[in-house]
Amino acid sequence: MITLNVNNKNYNVDVDPETPLLWVLRDTLGLAGTKYGCGIAQCGACTVHVNGQAARSCVTRVSSLAGKKVVTIEGLSEKGEHPLQKAWIELDVPQCGYCQGGQIMSAAVLIRENKNPTEKDIDNAMAGNICRCGTYLRIRKAIQLAAEIQRKGG
Amino acid sequence: MKIKKTYFFPLKAVIVLAIIFSVIAFMSFGFKNDLTITNAKNEIINKDSVESVKAFMDVYKVLMSPRCMNCHPAGDVPLQGDDNHLHNMYPQRGKDGKGIYAMKCSNCHQPTNIEGLNTPPGDPNWHLPPANMKMVFEGRTPRQLAKQLINPKKNGNKTLQKLIEHADDGLVKAGWNPGEGRTVPPLSHEEFKKAWITWIKSGAYAPK
Repeated sequence: MITLNVNNKNYNVDVDPETPLLWVLRDTLGLAGTKYGCGIAQCGACTVHVNGQAARSCVTRVSSLAGKKVVTIEGLSEKGEHPLQKAWIELDVPQCGYCQGGQIMSAAVLIRENKNPTEKDIDNAMAGNICRCGTYLRIRKAIQLAAEIQRKGG
Repeated sequence: MKIKKTYFFPLKAVIVLAIIFSVIAFMSFGFKNDLTITNAKNEIINKDSVESVKAFMDVYKVLMSPRCMNCHPAGDVPLQGDDNHLHNMYPQRGKDGKGIYAMKCSNCHQPTNIEGLNTPPGDPNWHLPPANMKMVFEGRTPRQLAKQLINPKKNGNKTLQKLIEHADDGLVKAGWNPGEGRTVPPLSHEEFKKAWITWIKSGAYAPK
């Protein structure tokens, strides 16, 4: 039995310690907002936060998470009011939406560490998140808008 | 009657011999200083340029192999694969060598390897050299690399003793456990370590 703290709730899960976090989130805890894309940390669709840092949940073993705090897209904010979520809605960023949870979780680390990112900062920070619909330009705009909302205290 | 002075050795011969002995003594003193250097533990290291350079050429083969050079790139993006291409996603070095924002090395590189072909290899301390001391291997000649490795201003402030210890660094040894789909360096870690220590202890000479 392994105890996981996900979105500020403790869960006791009876899984093989080598199981990747993504499978536990989706299949055991029913948190399906985090997506399976490639399974080898190449696409970013499964990005969550572990102790505040981005982590590819498809390659993160649950055995490495004892005592750590995991946050998924469902736990990024209580009511969907994170500046990134507001900006994403404002600019209607998603097309199919499959990668967007991972995009937002990566962007959340960026705007926490860089309050006013340039386009280059955004491109460097988001290069590990792939979008098959090609929504990159809207993602970039939304991150700039989110940073602005954040600077204004929103 | 004039008495002629006689010497067991003629005076001239004595003077010449004295000069020769002095020169030999001076040279031997000079050689002694030249032949020995001490490391941080004051261990005597015997200089032998031939042995040292020979050992370094083995070291060089390893350091220029993809498993070592890929994380010692000339630019700020690590390399990947046996063909040393730029790492997918172009992760940036960052100030501390551990990446930036949501593109930090440890976001994907776990503490240990994970199963599967070409999945991210693991180590608890995965990183590039920091931005203020890039310790570039890519493109270095044997002479350039040897000189760089022993220069504390370019090698991470390492003494000779620290350099010797670095052969057993966890991330260095990870090169010999690269995960599925990657070749290992051309020498075993044991052979590499022997060559590394021989190079350093015989004077850390740079090939010409």
